[in-house]
Amino acid sequence: MVTAERVLITGNEAAAEGAVRGGCRFYFGYPITPQNDVPEYMSRRMPEVGGTFLQAESELAAISLCHGAAAAGAVPMTSSSSPGISLKQEGISYLAGCELPALILNVQRGGPGLGDVRCAQGDYWQATRGGGHGDYFCLVLAPYTAQECCDLAVLGMHLAEKWRNPVLLLTDQQVGQMMEPVTLPPLGPEAVGDPDWALTGAAGGRPRHFIHSYCGRPNELVEWNEKLIAKYQRMATEEVRYEAVEADDAELLLVAYGTSARLAKAAVTAARARGHKVGLLRPISLWPFPSGAIAELAGTARKMLVVEMSWGQMVEDVRLAVNGRADVELLNTFGGAVPRLPDIEARIEAMLA
Amino acid sequence: MTDTKLKFKAGRPTSLLPVPTHYCPGCGHGVAHRLIAEIVDEWDLRGNVIGMAPVGCAVIAYNYLDIDMCEAAHGRTPEVAVGIKRVRPDKLVFSYQGDGDLAAIGTNEIIHVANRGEPITVIFINNTCYGMTGGQMAPTTLVGQRTSTTPKGRHLIGEGPPLRVCELLSPLERVVYLERRMLTSPKEIRLTKKAIERAFRVQQQGLGFSMVEILSPCPTHWRLPPEQCAAYIEDRLTPVFPVGVIKDTTSAARA
Ligand SMILES: Cc1ncc(C[n+]2csc(CCOP(=O)(O)OP(=O)(O)O)c2C)c(N)n1
Ligand code: SF4
Repeated sequence: MVTAERVLITGNEAAAEGAVRGGCRFYFGYPITPQNDVPEYMSRRMPEVGGTFLQAESELAAISLCHGAAAAGAVPMTSSSSPGISLKQEGISYLAGCELPALILNVQRGGPGLGDVRCAQGDYWQATRGGGHGDYFCLVLAPYTAQECCDLAVLGMHLAEKWRNPVLLLTDQQVGQMMEPVTLPPLGPEAVGDPDWALTGAAGGRPRHFIHSYCGRPNELVEWNEKLIAKYQRMATEEVRYEAVEADDAELLLVAYGTSARLAKAAVTAARARGHKVGLLRPISLWPFPSGAIAELAGTARKMLVVEMSWGQMVEDVRLAVNGRADVELLNTFGGAVPRLPDIEARIEAMLA
Repeated sequence: MTDTKLKFKAGRPTSLLPVPTHYCPGCGHGVAHRLIAEIVDEWDLRGNVIGMAPVGCAVIAYNYLDIDMCEAAHGRTPEVAVGIKRVRPDKLVFSYQGDGDLAAIGTNEIIHVANRGEPITVIFINNTCYGMTGGQMAPTTLVGQRTSTTPKGRHLIGEGPPLRVCELLSPLERVVYLERRMLTSPKEIRLTKKAIERAFRVQQQGLGFSMVEILSPCPTHWRLPPEQCAAYIEDRLTPVFPVGVIKDTTSAARA
């Protein structure tokens, strides 16, 4: 359906097409605003690439279908928005515990509870702290344009397979629903899990494969956790991603992701035009969080301003990173409201005064 | 069990690993595993079968069956099986579930998997209680049956009557094969094996959804000596859960 390499599509569609181009051939979803165009898009797109689209009866079922598909050697995708992602947490914990790959898109909306369908970033803690039960982490990628929705979906497919771990693509209503031009990468071959562990049927007398997270023998779970933690530690050093904008000499550093980062970037450009040394650190991976980069910049930037659409979640990671070496302030909105550019600019002026 | 034919067949199927199981003496799970293993051997299925180990007493079924197997979250078992089947449509995929897994927490999943006519086979172990967690009430618990959460017996009012899953799924158009059997005698065990074989064949022929419900003893939580469980199943369970073929539309599905 998408033939031109340069297309005008929503961030949601870009994430879906990116997953397809990154090798996804199995998508399982359930409708919820503001991500309905993802299952709708996949229902048309998957048959074109010989893939499978299935609308499940719930988010629990959709993530369980991912569980099975991943166990059988695929790298599946599912998508939802905040309330649906809460339901998926059971399955995400199992995916992590069973070391199975999957790409999971969360187009965040306002909460708690049913909240509303407008823009929010209130699922940051849920995304970056595992989200379900037990000691685990998902890789969390946070695109801020439609182009990046596509590119990080491609990357997410690759990382899920590489680490045998769930990868979360964390966007928000505006990033998801805004249309922007996107340059599409070439269509990649189907992503297939390693036959060394996948369930393929134990043909030719090979030892049986069994995919499990249950570890009932004495000390078995301790060893299983040690293995997982060692993997998370490697992920934490190897998979940090961020964009630094005018950050090197910045005396005031803004930190923001997603829609908040679009506004923060505009505020930085405006402040530089007024002659202020202001920069932006935009985490692209929220887990692992670019704590090292922020800590380094804390030498020059004595002040930091976190812009986010929550009561204040990512700001805690920034405070942990600078460990008291910079004043960290928060400019936030919540409950479906988006920060206003003039408010960010005014806060920058006030902090530099 | 002094059936001569059973003695004749009593070698261990190679697909059943030579390890002691953790099941209580007289439990039906081991018998059901053995039937699956026999079919895997006799049909030379090992390279072509993938099974599900449920949350429940059979959680480590993969330690006993020498085939590819997968775990699932409690009740999501048939959807995980469908995920596998969608990726590997050429493999025989079965879901193995207890009555808590299938008829309580996973009711939504089993209804939709059945309604879509997913070509998987479900082996449904009905022991009228939650074995693993201590014998609490299951949806299949009989009215009047004492369990650790129905100390005075299950009440019809407030707790409802036992849920009959075969009868619940039977009207669904793409459900092709439903049979209920019981593990009460060598003869009944052979009939149970035949039912599983028929259900597997329905899947191999791509006809739709198939399920075999097995009335299975849980002597521990029924607080009965194993040798009394067969009579209990026949006298108390079968009036509520009649055995036999509940639905068979294989010829129509084939046409
Ligand atoms: C989400 C969730 N809820 C509850 C449990 C606890 N639990 C484990 S097994 C089980 C019931 C098992 O009963 P059944 O499915 O009938 O299988 P059986 O043990 O009788 O073979 C429960 C409630 C769990 N593991 N996960
Ligand atoms: S508790 Fe019941 S179902 Fe579980 S192993 Fe013992 S007898 Fe079998």
